[in-house]
Amino acid sequence: MFSYYLHLGMHSLRRNPVLTALMVFGIALGIAASMTSLTLMHIMGGDPIPWKSSVLHYVQLDNWDPNQPWDQDGSPPDQVSYRDAQALMEAGKADKQAAMFKVAFPIQPENPEVKPFLSLGRATYADFFAMFEPPFQYGGSWDHSQDAAHGRVVVLSKATNEKLFGGQNSVGKSVRMNNIDYSVVGVLDEWKPRIKFYDLTNGTLNDPEEFYLPYPTVIETKTQASGNNSCWKNSNPGWQGYLESECVWQQFWVQLDTPAKAAEYKAFLENYVNEQKKLGRFPRAMNNRLDDVKEFLAHQKVVPKDVEVQVGLSFAFLLVCLINTIGLLLAKFMRKTGEIGLRRALGASKPQLFTQHIVESGVIGISGGALGLALTFCGLWMVRLLYKDYSNVAHLDWSMVFVTISLAITAAVLAGLYPTWRACQVAPAAQLKTQ
Amino acid sequence: MLKMKHLSKVYRTHMVETHALRDFSIHVREGEFVAVTGPSGSGKTTFLNIAGLLEEFSSGEFWLDGVDVRGMNDNARSKLRNEKIGFIFQGFNLIPDLNLFDNVDVPLRYRGFGAAERKKRIEDSLGRVGLSSRLKHYPSELSGGQQQRVAIARALAGSPRLLMADEPTGNLDSLMARGVMELLEEINRQGTTIVMVTHDSELAARAQRNVHVMDGQVTDFDSEPTLRDATAHAPAAIAVGSLA
Repeated sequence: MFSYYLHLGMHSLRRNPVLTALMVFGIALGIAASMTSLTLMHIMGGDPIPWKSSVLHYVQLDNWDPNQPWDQDGSPPDQVSYRDAQALMEAGKADKQAAMFKVAFPIQPENPEVKPFLSLGRATYADFFAMFEPPFQYGGSWDHSQDAAHGRVVVLSKATNEKLFGGQNSVGKSVRMNNIDYSVVGVLDEWKPRIKFYDLTNGTLNDPEEFYLPYPTVIETKTQASGNNSCWKNSNPGWQGYLESECVWQQFWVQLDTPAKAAEYKAFLENYVNEQKKLGRFPRAMNNRLDDVKEFLAHQKVVPKDVEVQVGLSFAFLLVCLINTIGLLLAKFMRKTGEIGLRRALGASKPQLFTQHIVESGVIGISGGALGLALTFCGLWMVRLLYKDYSNVAHLDWSMVFVTISLAITAAVLAGLYPTWRACQVAPAAQLKTQ
Repeated sequence: MLKMKHLSKVYRTHMVETHALRDFSIHVREGEFVAVTGPSGSGKTTFLNIAGLLEEFSSGEFWLDGVDVRGMNDNARSKLRNEKIGFIFQGFNLIPDLNLFDNVDVPLRYRGFGAAERKKRIEDSLGRVGLSSRLKHYPSELSGGQQQRVAIARALAGSPRLLMADEPTGNLDSLMARGVMELLEEINRQGTTIVMVTHDSELAARAQRNVHVMDGQVTDFDSEPTLRDATAHAPAAIAVGSLA
């Protein structure tokens, strides 16, 4: 019977093309508005590295002002100081660990036709590549010995390699940055995590860096971070004073392959803070965090409040569209009371007629969903056009396509419930006489 | 086939009670062609609706083909209606945007027949009323008489034991009406019980038995269901092709 109901539903769509178009377009508009905003929220709130998000942990230590918490929630600072990053790196208690910070270097190409340009990069350790697994086009990461030896090596992004070397294999070639020559050891392939989860303090939706340098090398060259830097008291003058200060400006990630290791590491952090307290640091109560990726994103409220508000508003709009659809369906079904009465007389039971009309509502939902999907693509395209920051996240994935169609069908079926119920209350005898 | 005893039907509003049928008793035997006559508002259509299980009755007893329908739920009534009863209405009641094949298909779908069985029954029943060549036509492409024949084909397709006809010729001119009546008589001769509601005494006279209804009660009837010789009123063969 389902195929019969489907056939009748399709047939009914053609019967009142204007009414059908109004309903389909109404649902499509509501769906498109909802799905455009929901997609942004879904992508931004999704797991950016699902295969290992549970083993990567972000370290937060509360070395902040004893008189004033870092934020109203009482969270520890979202970055760590150089002193703590160094201490944790030297302890090496995790399976993998990498301190990191954002830098900006002028690049001076050998090719005289390419003008020097300012480039944003990341100072980090070799483990960064093993932890976050960016794909390599050529070569690979530098190794731990080059970290230790302050090696003058660099990993380039695909775009930077394209700009400097025309996309050729540049491993072994030299790149001059801020008047220092660095040897290329690797070139990344296209790598665009949906959000830049490993550094939320410097633009969640920013593109990944254009180059990567060994952290000790960058420190050696006394290069200050170009990212966020927060201090609660004045540091001593000079570079060394800055390094020894309580200013937080670095991110610190560890890979802990088992929950037991995560628990051990958390205990280690507590011991470390207790030791530091003895030295007069960490004046606040113990307040460390060791979140995995998903916990970290949730805690940092990666999805902006305005996106959440937008989702709420768009669903309210969908509700308005559905109420409109309820009215149109009611008009459509009540015009069919004669046919409904006839079908009852010819042996259709109420459940059969109910199913028939719910399927008809579903057919409208599928049509609205298909059109809504196309409009959602358009909506996301416009978001990418208007907001460059969203270019990485404003894309529909398969799960959202599925959600779009399901939502449209569910919405249409829900909208069809009352009109269908009303239609099934038709007294057949009265309708047959009045036809 | 159809037996009602002391049946009543009361329509209640918060102001008034209307007795559409009161102490209504009738017995239609298998193979009969009964005409129910009476003036407008006498209750004959209410009787037809109750007999066709389209409406419930207030009190009394009602058996349809030996089945007591008192207290039967809506689904069971629908099933019984679909299996036992075929309807013919004054206004034909065809679905305008379905072709003849699909119109006749409607009751068969609810009966649960397979595709091959449905196709055979549709072709047979439309052939029986002389419209086998117009399966793909739409009702609007047919004359009134032809539309009523499609309605008859739809009623016959499920091989019902009882055919309920409500003023089947009311919307037809006399020539078409005669053709439809001849068709009904032929169907009756082949064994289908027919109950026809009409206010046309000429048509009623062609039935085997008349029941007259007045103010919701049977006031006059042929007490003995002595089957009249149907052939006295019908031609030897139905010239369905002559129906315009």
